[in-house]
Amino acid sequence: MDLTYTDEERDFRARLREWLGKTLPELPARPSPDDWPGRRAYDAGWQRRLYDAGYAGLHWPVDAGGRGATPTQHLIFLEESERAGAPYVGANFVGLLHAGPTIAAEGTAEQRARWLPPVLRGDEVWCQGFSEPGAGSDLAALRTRAVRDGDDYVITGSKIWTSHAEVADWCELLVRTRPVSEAFPKHRGISWLAMPMDAPGVTVRPLRTLAGSTEFAEVFLDEVRVPVANRVGAEDDGWRVTMVTLSFERGTAFVGEVVACRRTLGELAAAARANGRWDDPVLRRRLGRLYGEFGALWRLTQWNVSESEASGGVPGVGGSVFKLAYSHARQELYDAAAEVLGAQSLALEGEWTLDRLSSLSYTIAAGTSQIQRNIVAERILGLPKGR
Amino acid sequence: MDFRLTDEQRDLRAGVRELLAGRYGREALRASVDAGGALDRGLWRELGEAGFFSLRLPQERGGVGVGLPEAALVFEEAGRALLPGPLVATHLAAGSVPGAAEGTAVVTAFDLGGSLVTHLGEADAVLGAPSLPAGEPVPSADPLTPLHRVARPPAGAGARAYRDEGALLTAALQAGSALRTVELAVRYAGEREQFGQPIGAFQAVKHLCAQMLVRAEVARTAVYAAAVTADPAEVAGAKLLADEAAVRNARDCLQVHGGMGFTWEADVHLHLKRAWVRAEQWRTAGEAEEALAAELAAGLAAGPAVGPAAASG
Repeated sequence: MDLTYTDEERDFRARLREWLGKTLPELPARPSPDDWPGRRAYDAGWQRRLYDAGYAGLHWPVDAGGRGATPTQHLIFLEESERAGAPYVGANFVGLLHAGPTIAAEGTAEQRARWLPPVLRGDEVWCQGFSEPGAGSDLAALRTRAVRDGDDYVITGSKIWTSHAEVADWCELLVRTRPVSEAFPKHRGISWLAMPMDAPGVTVRPLRTLAGSTEFAEVFLDEVRVPVANRVGAEDDGWRVTMVTLSFERGTAFVGEVVACRRTLGELAAAARANGRWDDPVLRRRLGRLYGEFGALWRLTQWNVSESEASGGVPGVGGSVFKLAYSHARQELYDAAAEVLGAQSLALEGEWTLDRLSSLSYTIAAGTSQIQRNIVAERILGLPKGR
Repeated sequence: MDFRLTDEQRDLRAGVRELLAGRYGREALRASVDAGGALDRGLWRELGEAGFFSLRLPQERGGVGVGLPEAALVFEEAGRALLPGPLVATHLAAGSVPGAAEGTAVVTAFDLGGSLVTHLGEADAVLGAPSLPAGEPVPSADPLTPLHRVARPPAGAGARAYRDEGALLTAALQAGSALRTVELAVRYAGEREQFGQPIGAFQAVKHLCAQMLVRAEVARTAVYAAAVTADPAEVAGAKLLADEAAVRNARDCLQVHGGMGFTWEADVHLHLKRAWVRAEQWRTAGEAEEALAAELAAGLAAGPAVGPAAASG
């Protein structure tokens, strides 16, 4: 149980802090949330600065173009970036945290050379084509078909909840390459493909979220041809490949956000003191409780990072425990914010309200809380499978 | 940074678990309930001999010479085993009250913040007080925590000076209890059959158990971190979360046990009642929340200017 950082880690933090302090004031103004081309350009510009400074793909293996940083260094990177108010990973999320690590772990040398450098430089944006209208929590029930025709797959079907689809160059696409049968139950017979978003037959229809923005989209696929060479991993083995991806996502995806929540809580307390709500002991104690909860969640993050460092970088199912606690605490935070702000929270002009609306997705995205509880109950506690 | 337990810490925890399983297993637990909650002086001495109370005394003073993190691990095991007695107060008295370190003295404390005091009938001393006050016995919700009401606490008997360490070690007991009730619930859910299958296969039961683990793990992490930093605000957070985990997990465990959970025979009620006692000791939830709120506000006065809010997802 050691929470002190090594000299090397402290040095890394100091250099990073200095670089952030120098670089952030040079950034252009943040585009509006609905300006997708602007957001893409902004996020790509930030990624390019990270690349030039040697901070791109920090935790990726060196032979994939990354820096081979330890999970602790990655934790420091995310913590310092958030603390300094650096841009969020944004449009580069799927490329850096999903598709990239998957290709790095499972791709051929050619595939790694083709796809990884543009992600690290911010030149190419990826989106995720996993969920379908009939395959959300039950992802393996996906029905988008890919039929072999010579050197191509011909793909027909549709995807949904595809973030960044409007501006993405590539889509990490899960397709069914074999019909479900006794020999091939639904988890088998799925393949992982890299699909160019400008391929003929791809149609993107933006979906409006309850926050009013077009954060994600539906993607329709009508006889889209994708070369067989774009398949990562063996044919029909895409489920296993995907599980590799998801374990990366659950490991560190929320580190920066815990730091952000603690900062938000400080802003909230300042607002409450300014408008007199701090004198209400019920509300004040509620904020105190949240401060304790986010403090504990930060420690849980450090725990998970220590565990993943010991296990060679692949985080375990402990991520589900974290996500369950975190996603609910985040919603509590914004409910408390609404209580501090009172009727003011109904005006959409403030970031509080938009953040409150977007916090509603946290107990749904990347596996609903119900699915996470099943994972905890079955894989950690060993309770029997059932319904 | 490596937040995981060291090998020595794992060994310590395993050793204490083994000791308590042998000396205070389920039969001993039920026997002490049947005996009306009387403290087992023999067991107290054995705990003393094993170093339970002298853990943090330096070796030159006859102690084990380890720190707060190790003590938290030991107390977590005591909480898991539902070990009764004024464990925290006697541990805190080691080195200042004769016999406390060795387990030949039983030391209680005014840690309930009022006129009630635990284990007074069998106590040799009160933490920080020159004398032992007289008290009237009061029926107790927890069969293993006898209560007395005193007219007036003796001068100097306030537990304030020991509050943070007392709260942390009590939080460790709560975390151990919370982890134990997860195990009890999971075991029962895997054995008990209804509608032709173990009730643990039903999602409603599964989700109760999963949420119990989430509470217990978050609380345990908070306790370990607070033991490492000894930061008062972090201790307050650990106590708050561990109290809640112990109480709510015991309730959920009771629910998983169904009708059996409402009987005297199941151990669940013993965990719940003890968790209620501990939640009132050293720092209540309201006090912890106020301490955390004060820390949050202090951070505003002293801390750096807050940056721009994060862009949305």
